[in-house]
Amino acid sequence: MIIENNAVFFNDLLIFRDEPSVEFTDFIKKAYKFLKIEYPKFFKMDNLSKLAFTGADIILRDITRDKEENNVALVLANRSSSADTDIKYQKSIENKSDYYPSPAVFVYTLPNICLGEISIKHKLYSENTFFIFDRYNEDYMANYSAYLIQSGKAEKVLCGWVEFLKGNYRLAFYLYI
Amino acid sequence: MKNSSVYINDYNCITPLGFDVQHNMQHIRMGNTAIKPVVKDFAPATPLYLGEIGDNELNRESERLAGIETFTRLERLMILCLEPIIDKERLGARTGLIVSTTKGNIRALESIDVTPEAVELAKLAKRVAGYFGIVTEPIVVSNACVSGILSIAVAKRYIQMGIFDEVYVIAGDEVSEFVISGFNAFQAMDAKVCQPYDKDRNGINLGEAVAAVKLSEMPGWFKVIGDGAINDANHISGPSRTGEGLYRSLVSAFKEASVNVEDIGFISAHGTATVFNDEMEAIAFNRMGLQNIPVHSLKAYYGHTLGASGLLETVIAMQAVKENKTIISKGFETTGTSLPINISIEEEAKDIRYFVKTASGFGGCNTAVIFEKVK
Repeated sequence: MIIENNAVFFNDLLIFRDEPSVEFTDFIKKAYKFLKIEYPKFFKMDNLSKLAFTGADIILRDITRDKEENNVALVLANRSSSADTDIKYQKSIENKSDYYPSPAVFVYTLPNICLGEISIKHKLYSENTFFIFDRYNEDYMANYSAYLIQSGKAEKVLCGWVEFLKGNYRLAFYLYI
Repeated sequence: MKNSSVYINDYNCITPLGFDVQHNMQHIRMGNTAIKPVVKDFAPATPLYLGEIGDNELNRESERLAGIETFTRLERLMILCLEPIIDKERLGARTGLIVSTTKGNIRALESIDVTPEAVELAKLAKRVAGYFGIVTEPIVVSNACVSGILSIAVAKRYIQMGIFDEVYVIAGDEVSEFVISGFNAFQAMDAKVCQPYDKDRNGINLGEAVAAVKLSEMPGWFKVIGDGAINDANHISGPSRTGEGLYRSLVSAFKEASVNVEDIGFISAHGTATVFNDEMEAIAFNRMGLQNIPVHSLKAYYGHTLGASGLLETVIAMQAVKENKTIISKGFETTGTSLPINISIEEEAKDIRYFVKTASGFGGCNTAVIFEKVK
């Protein structure tokens, strides 16, 4: 499951594509509509959460549909943490004559908020951890996921990379079972 | 996966109450707090109640280590905290470093024309690893306010997967205008020293600290015997009213540890002193049958130190267990949760074999870890 360059791939098949020149905010809105996600809270999310949420929904929708609860652990990582929203939030407190810190922005200044968003939608009462690396460290991520399954702490693990900074983004998710 | 035991071999902390564990413990036993009224130029109207590490002390302590003046303030604190517990002879290709932080060098964003690279958490971790010559890629855990205690679970899990023989965990966060203004916008900050679990509790104080722990399969003072880190699946900025994720984290940790709830000596809880957090914990502890176990929060001593808090509070708990004494939950007078829990109002001397550390945070995250004292 990959989302990059305004294209969505699932099991190596292209399922949605938009022009490369389209900005992320427009692209992800079109992808949301195309995928029939139908979840109004989506529009309150920051860009990192929108990206992670969309990727997770494609993988999880058939697994979690109609279930009261699910034990799918979330193990995600990126490079820039929540820097995209951090920069936006910092601008709101930079100018003392225009000082306007917003709780709705501040809450997204943590990278793991996207884990909460995915957990709420898919009723994942499950293990979740957010890691930061320069680039995807498959050895660390795969071993941590394997621990969760082998120890019985999770039935499945949604593991992967979700990076967003200043319009540049990449998502690559894997499901371990 | 190995079924091996993972031990805590050494630990340290730096806070406004001292640059080592002994000084911190002395202040806690005397009931002292790090939290003081401070007037900041970005909020001149009323003093903020903050627990800040003094720059004079930090500069004085920094003199004992050569070459650390090129590091940021937070990196210097992390290096100073790790240095006494690092076994330089044993460092090698099987030594891991885990860095727990929520905002890292976020103060750098206050400078004009800063690039996003300056606040990258992986770069911070690599600089700290580089100072000590740790050659494996450092792992940053950034999972809101559970990061510090979750990092213990992450270290244990990697050792049991055979990735590392030994892991150093360093947790740290600073007080910053960024974080102060955010919690202020949430109206979540108390205008006096906070009062965890009390009926008059009215929000958090912000503090700063760094804490360090060394874990390995070599027998040490404490064994990490169970852990769980489960999401509420309820709300991104408020805890579940049923304590769902914390309860399930405790169930997961107790199942792995195979101990009875009545054998727990005390709980070092999160106890942020917000109305909703403390109420949620009381519900989760009652659901778990832990309502009679002595419980304390350290937030009225240190404030909320974010990504450092879970590890700092574990370090202080271990020291208390070594002394065979519970810790007074400062700031508490009158029951202020809908279900009763056994808040420690005096020091109790008893032989403590097991203790539980818990934390909860934004994004609906929770963590519970159970520790056993090794005879």
